[in-house]
Order: sequence, then structure tokens, then C-alpha cells
Amino acid sequence: MALLSVENLRAHYRDGGATLRAVDDVSFQIAAGETVGLVGESGCGKSTLGKTLLRLVNPTSGRILFDGQEVGGLSERALRQYRRSVQMVFQDPFASLNPRHTVAEILGGPLAVHGVGDRKSRIGQTQDALDRVGLPRDALKRYPHEFSGGQRQRLGIARALILQPRLVICDEPVSALDLSIQAQILNLLSRMKADLGLSYLFISHDLSVVRYFADRVLVMYLGRIVESGSWRSLWSRPLHPYTRALIDAVPNPTRRRHAAPLSGDLPSPRQIPSGCRFHPRCPLATARCQVEEPISRAVGDGQTVACHHADLSPIH
Amino acid sequence: MTSFESRLPAVASHGVDHGMDHGATDAAQSAPPPPAWTNIHAPDALRATTSDAERLAPVGRWRATRAYLRNPTAVIGLLILAVVLAAAALAPTLFPEDPLAMVDRPLQWPGQNPDYPLGTDALGRDVLAGLVHGARVSLLIGAAATLVSVVAGVLVGATSGYFGGRIDDALVKLVEVFQTIPGFILLIVTVAIAQPTIPAITLAIALVSWPAVARLVRAEFRALREKDMVMAARGLGYGHTRIILREILPNALPPVIVMASVTVATAILMESALSFMGLGDPNTISWGSMIGAGREMLRTAWYLSAIPGLAIVVTVLALNLIGDGLNDALNPRLSEGR
Amino acid sequence: MALLNVEDLTIAFPRATPVRGLSFSVNPRETVALVGESGSGKSLTALALLGLLPSGARIASGRVAFAGRDLTALKDRDLRAVRGRDIAMIFQEPMTSLNPVLTLGDQITEVVRLHQGLSRAAAKRRAVELLDLVRIPEPQRRVDEHPHQLSGGMRQRVMIAIAVACSPKLLIADEPTTALDVTIQAQVLDLLDGLRRDLDMALLLITHDLGVVAEWADRVVVMYAGRKVEEAPFAPLFAAPLHPYTRGLLNASPRLEEGHHHSLGPLLEIPGSIASAAAETGCAFAPRCPLVRAACRTRVPEPMAAADDHSVACPVTFTRESEHGLAVG
Repeated sequence: MALLSVENLRAHYRDGGATLRAVDDVSFQIAAGETVGLVGESGCGKSTLGKTLLRLVNPTSGRILFDGQEVGGLSERALRQYRRSVQMVFQDPFASLNPRHTVAEILGGPLAVHGVGDRKSRIGQTQDALDRVGLPRDALKRYPHEFSGGQRQRLGIARALILQPRLVICDEPVSALDLSIQAQILNLLSRMKADLGLSYLFISHDLSVVRYFADRVLVMYLGRIVESGSWRSLWSRPLHPYTRALIDAVPNPTRRRHAAPLSGDLPSPRQIPSGCRFHPRCPLATARCQVEEPISRAVGDGQTVACHHADLSPIH
Repeated sequence: MTSFESRLPAVASHGVDHGMDHGATDAAQSAPPPPAWTNIHAPDALRATTSDAERLAPVGRWRATRAYLRNPTAVIGLLILAVVLAAAALAPTLFPEDPLAMVDRPLQWPGQNPDYPLGTDALGRDVLAGLVHGARVSLLIGAAATLVSVVAGVLVGATSGYFGGRIDDALVKLVEVFQTIPGFILLIVTVAIAQPTIPAITLAIALVSWPAVARLVRAEFRALREKDMVMAARGLGYGHTRIILREILPNALPPVIVMASVTVATAILMESALSFMGLGDPNTISWGSMIGAGREMLRTAWYLSAIPGLAIVVTVLALNLIGDGLNDALNPRLSEGR
Repeated sequence: MALLNVEDLTIAFPRATPVRGLSFSVNPRETVALVGESGSGKSLTALALLGLLPSGARIASGRVAFAGRDLTALKDRDLRAVRGRDIAMIFQEPMTSLNPVLTLGDQITEVVRLHQGLSRAAAKRRAVELLDLVRIPEPQRRVDEHPHQLSGGMRQRVMIAIAVACSPKLLIADEPTTALDVTIQAQVLDLLDGLRRDLDMALLLITHDLGVVAEWADRVVVMYAGRKVEEAPFAPLFAAPLHPYTRGLLNASPRLEEGHHHSLGPLLEIPGSIASAAAETGCAFAPRCPLVRAACRTRVPEPMAAADDHSVACPVTFTRESEHGLAVG
């Protein structure tokens, strides 16, 4: 059974007069021990989706099942218990750590709130957490601003792991970091997963990072998942024209100065195009795409794609 | 010379067997293999982190204090306030007699009689004793009124800003009601209805001052509650009280502290104004009542109004300088620099 | 002759020296990339070229020669005439670089009227032309719009239109696509390169993104902690990088390539962080370097020519590879 199962999830906001359909009918599953990558451009709703799974944003409709239990209707009290099992690592390690707390407070707080152990054993646990992420134990007395970006992200990871969650939602965990630090953090996350048997939902706009890190990939466009598949099949046989364009847009030293794969701007999530939401930018679009929204269909090997013309498009 | 580039062994080829191989690996075998990139979990574990952390933060906790002390006008403000505080604290020792008691011939000018360096007033009371005892009343009322208004303002502002929605709507309406009534008129009416005692005056000033604090705190809370920091706390299962008090409030306090120092100054001015108009506590001497008493003789004995007036100006100025200094010191963007 | 020649540039703050002894040149019509991570001094270098350093910073030594003239010696008034007309610059944040209360037309005409003395009507026509040049659809209508009506990618196009309004000889682009989505980034880079060719200008691309460099740069200058560690044409730099830092960066980057997956092995890391370079006595990269020798910690390495157009500031790799070169060939 899947650890997390999301069914027809919607998260809509009222934004002025318009309705912002940030997450619009999304279904997927995460198995225990699996890393699912969620990739898409800004405004596609990937970050809102991550927050909805933790109920930091309330879903408009649809179901979130964790370990077979419905998360949508949980009371405030039950929600706190759920949040022990599902944790989040944020993009910006500068903004997500309270600058007025010491590391001891940042790491010890979750343990105290959930009444884990006594005061003495909690100190031991915070020290273990620091060891695990490669920070010295004397870090406990320091404040977040005394650490570099990479070290702060290690603190963010230590905090997310201290309650021993089963699923960690990583929201762009390396986007704010320098390249040489990115590799350190990715390796650390990878190691943590192996050591602790974690599952990850890994949200990123960076295809190369998702390509490296995810076991299964979801491609999101304007609130909807347009393609999904295992890393082996999706990267070698991308079917949706948007997935291909994304891959093609990544700068590549083997093709010098190639033309941009897509013209036109990303539409606003306040005005989602009719029919297939990708049709205004799609090189394969036909009249049908303007009126009929494609349904996600399985194309073998666990891959799904939501495109009327996925079969027609030449293999990349 | 140019030919060697293509044969370069890449560092990668000595390490773990993946990644980019930039050239032939056989060439590398003749050279002593360099140490590979260490690839244990968290390779910089103890080596880099400790030393980096020290270099990154030479100032740490006391950054704001140092920034404040580097600001000369702020230090002057602090020194003036220290003198006023000391005078207030030592008043019973320096002038044990009742400052309202007649001690000598009336209307002696400052410098005329060495026993009364600032002279005596129309009723023969010692002006210096009045000034020193008046400092007690002014500071007491200023501090107490500020304390009450900050506590009330933080409570209302935090609740309103953090929860939002209907609670916010209701509390904002309440604040607006207070802000539409002119402050000083509200103050006079309140004191006129209640007895003109020190606690009543204090509460009346607080009643006029808290809405501004509440608005400030509400704005800070509204901005901070959307921050990742607060999202993280919610995600960790923290309760609302803990998030408000432990996570958001410490970050919202710096502007409140700045505002409080200015509120003390405003409260002193309000108390003086009340006393000047004869609405103060008749049983205690205050700077405002001294000016009020000297008003009648402004042309003949102007020093009776000027001396307490100067005390008010200097104290209020000191508090404003402190407020400015705190603002700069607590705002990291201004105080850090490179 | 080089269009831009930076010689031994050192930029100093009262308590720090973020750029030290930097030399590089840009030839006409060439794309040179200045690559480095945060703290490498690359953006400060760009600002120094135009005399736009933040307060407190100053050029402590060195020359910036543009078409033979030393820009560091120019008076502020003369430098202003160079900015926008001969050298233009675009920044990372198109949201904050445009004035929100002025229309796009106002902002473009301001530049062309200032530098080219066009009449109001001619300037407006030029603004429409420029918007068309940066491939903004419906330029006639867009010219009267305000920046908030545009997406991030469109705003960056407007910034580019303003920058190229006076046909500069050199365009400095500081992280021009970092704030943009990947499909929009491809469009903007494509546009910049097209303009470079059409307008005969040189492009100084300041970026942290090695992929962008590999695809769009002719020559690459790699910076670390304020110094140039390696300079080479793109092909040898990516095929056979010499400096351990360059190699480390390339190894540490995840790539869209076969066989690059966490299940097949970890990424090769560079340990530590750039902060380790704060107190420099020898090579700034020494605390993180796998090839470090005792000498590296005491002497700052000078760039040495490994080939005609390939220089590296690392005596360890330099001597090792040279010995190989001799032994093999």
C-alpha cells in the first residue's frame, strides 16, 4: 500500500475577484522508501501542493490519505500527530529558521512540543541530530545567522528529521544554495533516506537536480500533472510536449546556442486556458486541444501522460 | 604544449567511479593518485563548520548593543536619561522635605541664594527640589503608561494579526473607534470623569496610546505569519500560543521597543499638559504643574516656567534620541554594513 | 585589439577585499562569461566596470580600459556618457529594475533622448522599434503599458530593449536569467545572442550557471573568492578543466545525462564552503582542495599560461600536467 495517496486534490484561492486554481485535480501516490520528484515552472502550483499535503494550506476538495488514513478531516490535535510523521524542508534556510532562537531551541522545540523524552534525553537527541547532518555539537549554543547557507540548510534538515518522520516534503531544498553546496546537501538527503528509510516528495524547478534525485517524476503545468513516470522511462522517453520542451530548454554544452524550444509566456494561473492548458504554447496543438481537456492515461511502464497527441510526437 | 589538454586526467576519475570523465584515465595511473573528494556523509563534518561559524559571526548576540554604542547621539540620549533617572531615584535623599512646603522667601531668582540654586517660586518653594521630585512623577507616569499601552497593544495586535479573519475585523474596528476620537480630548474627558490621581492619569494616557501600538504589532504579525519560519513551526505541530509568543513575538518586538521609547516621551508630554491645565494630581508636584504655577508670572519671573520646561524638553529629546538609536541598532540592514 | 581590458583590478571595502588582482579582456563581438558562486566577487566586478560600486567600496588598484580609455580615471560626468551609450548593463531582477509608475515607452525614450537627442515623436517610434527588436508582441500597444502588466520574462526583455537602445559596444548581463523559468531563460538567452550578432556587440555574461556558460559563452573566466582561478575558451574548459575548483564544480553539478542518478552513486562534493577563504594567506581554495600542498597555504598562486588561451592559477595541476605533456609528447 502506498504511504501517501492523493486523490483528485484541488487547492483554489480567492485572489481579488479571480479564483486562483493553484492545484487543480491532482492524483498521485508515494510508496514507502520512494523519492518522488515534482518538477514545474513558477506558478505551476508545486509549492502549494507541498503545503497542502501538510495541511499548511487547506485543500478545496479531494482526498489525502496517509498510511490509509484520511488527513483532510483531521482535528487540530490529530493534525499535530500527523505532522510528526510528515515533515518539510524549506527552500530558503535564511527565512525558515527563527533568527531569535538558538540551535538548541530550534531542534529541541519539536521534541518538547510533542513531549518526546525528558529534558536530558532531548539534549542527547539534538546532539545526535547535529552529528547526523555533519554539524559540530557546539552549534547548539549558536544562532542561525552564525552559519553559512549550506550549514543552515543542514539545520533545516536536522529539524525536519528530529521527530523521525516517514515522509519529508523537500520544497526546493537546494535552489538557494551555491553549486558546490548543492551536491553536499543532495548527498546528505540521499544518505538520510537510506539510513532512516524515508520517503521524499522532492519539489524543484531544476530538471537536472530532479533528474539526479528522483526515483519517480511528476511534471506539473498550471496546477495539473501532465506527465509522470519512473526516472528510467521518463527521461529516456518523455512523451508530453511540455516535458520535452522543459528538457530541451535546459542549457546543454553539447548543443551550442540552440533556439528556445517554446515561444510565449507562461499563462497566469488566474486565467487557465481552455481545453488542454498547454495548447497556446504547444507545437502539436490542434483544434481539439482548444476545447477538450486531455485525461491522464497510462502508456506502459508506469508512465502516464495527459496529451491528445503524445503518440504522434516524434521520439525525442 | 597544446597537446596535453586533451589527455588531462580529471580529478573525478580518481574518486568514486561515476561523474564526468574528462579525459583518459590511463595517463593518471602513472602519477601518484591524489586524494579523492571525500565522500563520507557530510564530509566537512567537524573541519569546516566550526571554524566557518566562528568567522561568520564575530559579533553574535551583542551586535545590536555594539551598534547602539557606536552611535554618539544615542549614547548622549542615554546619558541624559541616566541623569534624570538618577535624580528621580535620589530625590528623597537629596530633598527629604516635602517639595510642596514653603522653605524661604518667595521669588528668589536662580543664583541669588546659594541654598536654593534654582531659586524659589511665588509661594517660597524650592524650585530644584520641585524639579527633582517632579522627575519622579513624570518618569513614573511615562513608564507605567507605556507599559500598560504596550501590553494591551501587543495583546490586541498579536491576536488580530495572527488569526486574521473575523477576530481581526472586530479588533481593527475597536482600534479605529479609539483612533477617530482626538487623543487629547479623550484624555481630558477621562481624567475629568475619574479622580485626578496618578493611577487614573496613567491609565488614561495608556488608553490614548495603545491603539498605535496595536496597529504596529498587527502589521508585524501579519507580515511574519506568512514567513517560512512560521510555516515551519506549524509544520512541526506547534500550537498557536507557542507560535505567537515564542516564534513571532521576539521578531516583532524591535519596532515595538522603538515605539515604546517614543511613547514614554509622549506620555510625559501628556502628563505635563494635564498638570499645566490643573488636571493633574494636586497632591504631587510635577513639571507640568510647575509650569502651570509659573504661568501667572511669566513676565516677571519667567524662570519659574522655563526651568521645568527645559527639563521636559531635554528628557523628551533624550528619549527620542534613544528611540532613533534603537531603531538603527535593531535594524540589521542599517547597522551591519561591511 | 580588445574592447575591454581589465588589468589587476582590486576592489576594497574598509574591512574586506572582495576582488583581488583580477585581469581579463573582452574582444569585440565576443561572449565572455564570468563564472563564480556567491562571494566570488563577480557581480561587484561588473558594477566596478561602470563605476557603480556600492558606497564604501572603491577600486583600490588596477585599470579598466574600454576602447583604449581608462574608465577608472574618468570624471563622473564623462563616465555617465559612457554608461548606456557604449556600455550597457542588465540586472538579475527585472521586477525592481523598472520604474513602476512610468510606462515602458517613457522609460525607453528617456534613454534615447538623453544619449541621442531624438525628438519626442522620434523617440517614441524608436521605442516601438526596440520593443519589436526584443520580440515583444504588439509593441504599438505595449509601449503605453506599465511594468506590472508584464510577466518577468517580458520585463527582462524591456530591460534589454533599454540596454541596447543606443547600440552599445558592450552589454554586461548580471545573472540575466537567474530569476526566470527555464523555458523563458532559453528565450532570453536566445534573444541576447541574436542581438549580440545583429548589433555587433560584445557580451559579458555574469552567472553561476555552468550550463548557461557551456552553451552560450565563447570564453570563460572562473572566479573564486575574488580571484581568477582559470580562464579558457569554453571547449577546453569543459572538456579538460585544470583548476581543482573548476573540476570540482563540474563534478558536483547534477546533469541531464544517462547514468546520473542517486541510485548509481553520490555526487562528487567540494567539501566546506567559500567562507573558508575569508582569511587568505595562500590559495583561497586550499582549505577545500583535494590536491593541496604545503606551499599552497603560504603563497597566492599567479595565473600561468597552460596553453595560448588557457591560464590557470594552480601550480600543482600546472606542473603535474606539464610534466605529463613532456613525458607523453
